Amino acid sequence: MATFILRRVLQTLVVILLVTVLVFAIMHLMPGDPVLMFLGPDASVEQIEHYRHQFGLDLPLPLQYLKWAGNLLQGEFGDSIVFRQEIGPLIVSKLKVTLTIAIPAFVIAVAFGMFFGILAAVYRGRWVDSFITVLANFGMATPTFWLSILCVYIFSLRLGWLPVQGFTFPSEDFELAIRRMILPVSMLALGPMAVFARQTRSAMLETIRQDYIRTARSKGLGERRVIYVHALRNALIPIVTVMGMQLGHMLGGSVLIERVFVIPGMGSMLITAILNKDYQLVLSTVLVISAGISLCNLLVDIAYGYIDPRIRVS
Amino acid sequence: MATMINKTEAGGADTAMPVRVAGAVSESSRARQFWRTLLSRTAVRVSFAILVIAMLTAILAPFIAPYDPNTPDLRNALKPPSSAHLLGTDALGRDVLSRIIYGSRVSLAVGFVSVVIAGSIGMLLGLVAGYAGGKVESVIMRFIDVMMSIPLIILALFIAALIGKGLGNVMLAIGLGMTPSYARLMRGQVKSIKQLDYVTAGIISGAGRIKIMFKHILPNSLSPIIVLMTMNLGTAILTEAALSFLGLGINPPTASWGAMISDGYNHLRTLPLLSLAPGVTIIMVVLAFNIVGDALRDTLDPRLRGAL
Repeated sequence: MATFILRRVLQTLVVILLVTVLVFAIMHLMPGDPVLMFLGPDASVEQIEHYRHQFGLDLPLPLQYLKWAGNLLQGEFGDSIVFRQEIGPLIVSKLKVTLTIAIPAFVIAVAFGMFFGILAAVYRGRWVDSFITVLANFGMATPTFWLSILCVYIFSLRLGWLPVQGFTFPSEDFELAIRRMILPVSMLALGPMAVFARQTRSAMLETIRQDYIRTARSKGLGERRVIYVHALRNALIPIVTVMGMQLGHMLGGSVLIERVFVIPGMGSMLITAILNKDYQLVLSTVLVISAGISLCNLLVDIAYGYIDPRIRVS
Repeated sequence: MATMINKTEAGGADTAMPVRVAGAVSESSRARQFWRTLLSRTAVRVSFAILVIAMLTAILAPFIAPYDPNTPDLRNALKPPSSAHLLGTDALGRDVLSRIIYGSRVSLAVGFVSVVIAGSIGMLLGLVAGYAGGKVESVIMRFIDVMMSIPLIILALFIAALIGKGLGNVMLAIGLGMTPSYARLMRGQVKSIKQLDYVTAGIISGAGRIKIMFKHILPNSLSPIIVLMTMNLGTAILTEAALSFLGLGINPPTASWGAMISDGYNHLRTLPLLSLAPGVTIIMVVLAFNIVGDALRDTLDPRLRGAL
């Protein structure tokens, strides 16, 4: 088990290192000079030189990378040209906003998705199954940003029940925060919920067929115990795999949700940074997202190793 | 599709002549059987019809669209639906229905071209990684891991930002973004097929690496790749819509469903149809692709259920 964990940790570190190299290389291939964009077309040569030097853009590329990576190890991401502040604290503050939306959304997606999936599997072939399957198919085919706009139209503009856009932390004004979070959280949860429901349904159907389920039933266990203890536990592995993957999808989805609901999180920041060619900020944001996802996948893999000994060996 | 199956089923092409003739007869009936199984459910038949209509709309757009999709007519801006403009007009007075019709060209083109890009590059990487093994495999797969650790939409945004907006670039960005899953799938396929007796027989009889890879392994690992491509068409269309919605997709004034939703958002209070109509179109087409993709998977290889 120790070797398995060590190997996966090393692999993850290599991936994170490669991400930094790749993203750095890509951002420097991009057209446009960030200093010129920052200063505008009327900047003097001295000004341009001054800022190029200040941001370290006059160094050779490998040196720029090493300098940045070295600072990174000390927790310093450098300065953002667009937001004119240190990137580290900036990312932390934006990440807080994004996670305030994404964590409840993830929990809701997992809970409801698995519940609907189990329901569909237990009532296979009945109207409940068809209804859930059709809904899940629609959930996967609907652009989140479009559904968000539709909900804004119905619940905010027509019915006036919820605010149109904006974000407040629950610690600042709890009631307003909840009212503002209802739409973005449920919209972000919808796509992953559909995926969880489908995955749970097929994993459960696969498990329910097994001999030990028949044994459990025949020795007189209640249906509830058979489904939730015997079947669900064994159906969990493919569901946990999808959880790791959906976390990434959610971070991607938050870019769109934050745009529709004007939420000042990581997604909005990333778009602003890309449009303004803020190299350092894009680089740091993608690195944080990719490292976060890699770490989640690492945890998922280690969890597997514990759940299923066959994986450890292979 | 039928040709693909014939190729896959035929396997090694060095079969003797009389057997080949007998095989051809049974293969044509097998193709019929394939279509019958594929289209056995009503939902699949309806989805198939929607896709055929969408493709015809894209091809025949200049003949069907009532107006030019890009010519502004400011006197008729933001008009609600009427007999002259069935879905109304947008902020520049352009006919919404005509723009949806022309938008199908962008969506379908992006869908098909990007999955072909993703499929070809991913297949090649997976084939080489799976066949070569060792260091080559490690390097390729670590690179794939890197790509997989960044969500598709963010990776595509990134590539689009790098190479610029526009139809071709969006196709390339989405195609490259979707490459990793093909490489992984292909590598798995190659690794299991490599062990089979007919590949060993090929190696013993003196076939070179390239011949083994492209003639013996590739044709026999195609079917899950084709299924994944069909299932990814919807994802590609949704990603294009998302990129255009964020302003990093198709260049205006070319009609794109995603950009139309974004434009309409500014007039949601007065004319919600501007945003809602292109969205309904996207859902119909993506849903149809997903349903046909699922059906194709179940028909071609039911064992893939749950894996793809």
